[in-house]
Amino acid sequence: MNEILLAAAGLIVAAVAVGLARILRGPADVDRLMAVQLLGTGGIAALLLTAYATAVPGVDDVALGLALLAAFATMAFLNHLDAGEGGAEL
Amino acid sequence: MSFLADLVSLAAIGAGVFFFIAGTVGLLRFPDSLTRLHALSKADNLGLGLIVLGLIPRAENPLAAFKLVVVWALVLLSGASTAQLIGRALRRGRE
Amino acid sequence: MSVLPLLDVGLALLVVAVATWTMAARDLFASVLGYVAYGLLLALVWVRLHAPDIGLTEAAVGGGVTGVLLVTAGKRLDALKAATSGAAPRLRVKILAGALSALVAGALAFVVASLPTPAPSLAPQAAAAAAGPGAGLGNPITAVLISYRAFDTMLEKIVLALAVLGIWSVGADAAWGGAPAPLRKARPDGAMVLLAQILAPIGALIGVHIFWVGADAPGGAFQGGALLAAMWMVAMMARLVEAPRIGSRALRLALISGPAVFLAVGLAGIAMAGSFFAFPPAFAKALILFIETFMVLSVAVALPMMVAGPPEGGQEP
Repeated sequence: MNEILLAAAGLIVAAVAVGLARILRGPADVDRLMAVQLLGTGGIAALLLTAYATAVPGVDDVALGLALLAAFATMAFLNHLDAGEGGAEL
Repeated sequence: MSFLADLVSLAAIGAGVFFFIAGTVGLLRFPDSLTRLHALSKADNLGLGLIVLGLIPRAENPLAAFKLVVVWALVLLSGASTAQLIGRALRRGRE
Repeated sequence: MSVLPLLDVGLALLVVAVATWTMAARDLFASVLGYVAYGLLLALVWVRLHAPDIGLTEAAVGGGVTGVLLVTAGKRLDALKAATSGAAPRLRVKILAGALSALVAGALAFVVASLPTPAPSLAPQAAAAAAGPGAGLGNPITAVLISYRAFDTMLEKIVLALAVLGIWSVGADAAWGGAPAPLRKARPDGAMVLLAQILAPIGALIGVHIFWVGADAPGGAFQGGALLAAMWMVAMMARLVEAPRIGSRALRLALISGPAVFLAVGLAGIAMAGSFFAFPPAFAKALILFIETFMVLSVAVALPMMVAGPPEGGQEP
């Protein structure tokens, strides 16, 4: 069973890694942002799967931290993009 | 009982992996940013949700299971609101 | 165990690939995003190396705070670039810079390659110390940080305070004592406000949890403080709260409370346990938690103030 969990983690990491090609290609900054967000979620999933397969203690707290910060980078980058457009739409 | 639990785990994790792969394919192949956003939210919400669902039967204690659910809930919250924000940013850019 | 090595090798290759891309990227925004992705991947790598403590730090600092810091810095650089667009460096300068980098890298590689086997390590002493005065703690890493290398840990927090001071000093004289510019100029969207309103309190709770379990499980003062810092920044980005004036007494006290309390307890150790930074074994755990509480406060205040940048005198555009 543990092998299957690890294989699942491997597949997810591989999938989101391929998705990172969007960082390379863009074309819009928003597309790059989405690729990083997918990596974050996929990373959390892979982390949980490997944690349950290998029984490393404390990993659920790392996943908790990653989940908290999932929106963090996105918020910051959107602030940057909005400012770049001069977009104070009131 | 444990056989049944394993079966649930397998089915849910398999489906979760499928959604991650589907999300990636969508992110790479869909023609514009809004449709890519659609693909991303499937992977975020369903993919991680199904993985969490598959791991819950394997949690050692209720607290560990609860943490899994909290992780998913946080990602749901973040995913839903950032999708809104990204969508709005895209729309503004187009007008 | 046949899938695991494959996963590890794949992860390692991915880290190198993302790092290379981050350096090669021309676009600032893209390369900062690459750096965030790199931080997330490193967090996974640390967990695979059975170091979830560092994984947490990397996730919070590499994946979170640094990304925001770099984007903010980049924005300021863009503004500067318009004013001072210098000529591109000449070929000779490029070659010189390349040669210097190669020299440093070569020297480092030489040192690493010529290390004796087994490599010299302080690990046995640290482990012994962790089992001694830090025995009240279940997490050996926290024990080592606070009791074996207490002095280093304290100095690190002083460095944080100095870094904030350095950033403040870049501001204009007239702005001294004022508030840094807000992290978001535009009025925030409703979705962002809602997100921050829900995320920040939950995140603050999780930050405190990570600090608290740090005594016995992976986690600790820096990790907890960094998460609290991130949540404060979330609230600032959604304009739920504004950055404080840098002249604020409460802010300054919070900034130095960590190292100050640490130093005070360390000095008290001379009287109570016979040497600098020695903790009386009877209440070592209570003392360590006491010190760590203030370190959490310092970290949680220092990181957002670094990102917020120098004061701008509160004259909002």
